[in-house]
Amino acid sequence: MPRILGKQPGPPLWLLLELTYKCPLHCVFCYNPTDFARVDQELDTADWIRVMREARALGAVQLGLSGGEPLVREDLEEIVAEGQRLGFYTNLITSGVGLNETRIAALKAAGLQHIQLSFQDSTKKMNDFLSSTRTFDLKSKVAALIKKYEYPMVLNVVLHRHNIDHVEEILQMADRMGAEYVELANTQYYGWALHNREQLLPSRAQVENAEKITQRYRESHGQRMRIYFVVPDYFERRPKPCMNGLGSVFLTVTPDGTALPCHAARVLPGLDFPNVRSAGMREIWFDSTAFNRYRGDDWMREPCRSCPEKAKDFGGCRCQAYLLTGDAANADPVCDLSPHHGIVKNAVARADAPRGEGAAPGIAEEKPLVFRTPRNSAELFP
Amino acid sequence: MSIDAQSRPALGRGYRLQWEEVQKAHVLLYPEGMIKLNGSAGEILKRCDGVKTIGDITGDLESAFSAKNLSGDVIAFVKLAVEKNWVTVL
Repeated sequence: MPRILGKQPGPPLWLLLELTYKCPLHCVFCYNPTDFARVDQELDTADWIRVMREARALGAVQLGLSGGEPLVREDLEEIVAEGQRLGFYTNLITSGVGLNETRIAALKAAGLQHIQLSFQDSTKKMNDFLSSTRTFDLKSKVAALIKKYEYPMVLNVVLHRHNIDHVEEILQMADRMGAEYVELANTQYYGWALHNREQLLPSRAQVENAEKITQRYRESHGQRMRIYFVVPDYFERRPKPCMNGLGSVFLTVTPDGTALPCHAARVLPGLDFPNVRSAGMREIWFDSTAFNRYRGDDWMREPCRSCPEKAKDFGGCRCQAYLLTGDAANADPVCDLSPHHGIVKNAVARADAPRGEGAAPGIAEEKPLVFRTPRNSAELFP
Repeated sequence: MSIDAQSRPALGRGYRLQWEEVQKAHVLLYPEGMIKLNGSAGEILKRCDGVKTIGDITGDLESAFSAKNLSGDVIAFVKLAVEKNWVTVL
């Protein structure tokens, strides 16, 4: 699709490098694609460095290093050092597994500026169950290392049906660790999380209670610990302004070099996403069909097209629109103006319904959580 | 904390200030975020090195831009920057 003159997009301010899909954890709410086991050829160090250099020249300033678990890559320190040299603000998004004192010292020396550590829950039992590993003690040690190396302590905890009732304990744990920022991020339903949605979506009462506790904690601890509560969008009446509109500020490169306008966008059908092995970042960002497809609002349908709020929320999330309605150009069904809003309402109603004994037919507690493992991935996509 | 001509402001921990040619502006970077600064904010912040006092910074700006009586503006901006944690005062 030709770019409309005078509407050249701004720079890809945020560059997220998913360095690998390898991960020692197997979290049930992971947003990685469920077919990740198909990806075998990871980019090498030189490729990543070229991607960073070209993106920086376009005006990218924030560099996210993620995965999978980015610490699995032995060249992480080298990538960080180059990112720092190029003038990026470097952010490591990690489970902490693999972060020992040698590596954190090397990362600090390489110029790493920020570490976001994920926790699955405040309790050892739940943390280890939800990530299908034994990592809680290790993460606690990593949190201490992060403090020792004078990084701001930024904790991210993904919330869902099985841990949202522990928000108070989670906040107490964060406080004991000396966290300066805590992000209570309700699960977004993509990838493995969507596959497990029936088991992960909390009830409205759970969400409201967690918000109340968070607010109370903010009032008593707000000075030393800032708490962000990311509301689960299924409970909203308007969609999130996802990625500030696809192709406006955000660029992700996956382990095999596929360039995406959002880390979940690989699911969108009919888009031939460019690969950094065969295309330069300038061409990818400005000229590729995939990055231009959902820029502006020409692609919109009703009710978005004539909606006064379209400049505010860009019609919500294209991936969610596709995954739930089958067409990425539809309004995000989280919006109560969407003719498909019933899909979301229905999912919430099922989450609100009693489980276990006396449950309505079809509302089963027994459906197992599917963990994010290479084996499960290969079974889902033989 | 009182902020006056003797205060020595420095960038807050975790912040990075740089000129971005693509945006033609100074930007302040912090974990997962960015603030695009207007001209005067950029000129003040790039002088906040923990060594210069607000008095020094004011004098420096007045001579660089052939201006007078900037002291009030600089103090007001530094106060705002401290509130937002962009700057700490030594």
